[in-house]
Amino acid sequence: MKIEYYIEGGNFSTAGSASSEVKKTLKQFNISPLLLRKVAVALYEAEMNVVAHAYRGIMSVDIQPFCIWVVVEDEGPGIEDIGKAMEEGFSTATEEVRQMGFGAGMGLPNIKKNSDEMTLTSTPGVGTRLELSYFVKLNN
Amino acid sequence: MDIDRVSEIVNGELLFAPDIPNRYTSAFASDLMSDVLRYYMENTLLITGLCTLQAIRTAEISNISCVIFARGKRVSNEMIQLAKENNIAVIESGLTVFDISGKLYQNGLKPILG
Repeated sequence: MKIEYYIEGGNFSTAGSASSEVKKTLKQFNISPLLLRKVAVALYEAEMNVVAHAYRGIMSVDIQPFCIWVVVEDEGPGIEDIGKAMEEGFSTATEEVRQMGFGAGMGLPNIKKNSDEMTLTSTPGVGTRLELSYFVKLNN
Repeated sequence: MDIDRVSEIVNGELLFAPDIPNRYTSAFASDLMSDVLRYYMENTLLITGLCTLQAIRTAEISNISCVIFARGKRVSNEMIQLAKENNIAVIESGLTVFDISGKLYQNGLKPILG
């Protein structure tokens, strides 16, 4: 089963709605609450990153019997230094993002912590691609 | 602790309570939503001064079923609507985050341990 959601950059009023929909869909598969939470948290942080930094993005979630694959791809300024971006506390977020309770440089580390595998690639001036994998046993 | 008792302790106004009652054993206080997302929360309520839609959305993602908005912040209709859709109780309190945390701790709620 593959689902895709459009993410609008800069729209904080709908930020998180794609992750919320994915969480509700995954609940129907009766996966463990811990795994459900891991996926939801990583997707939410990733979605907030798109809203905060990019012009637009697509979240694709592929649910297979033994794994969940996620790709979050955006068009935007990209990341100049991925190593730096992965450091806890490093942030280029605007004041508006900080007022939403984000932008403290914890998003990417949180995503890494809440995934089994994470691959982040970016072309400055073009966009960013985040791939996440979860190895699971679905109960149905 | 049930939601009515929580509201009473924090001198709060309970703006919405889901039909399915929850019992709370712990609380977490933060204005930084990424911090909320770092911990595993069950039967936990969130105390925050961050009065935005993202506080409700973060609660939903984190399995938090009650949010107390401190320092007299006014919850918007949009926030209440999102809370209702996700069965999240909402309380407004005029007390500070520190005061609310202290009162709930005194009454038996535990912190979240990292």
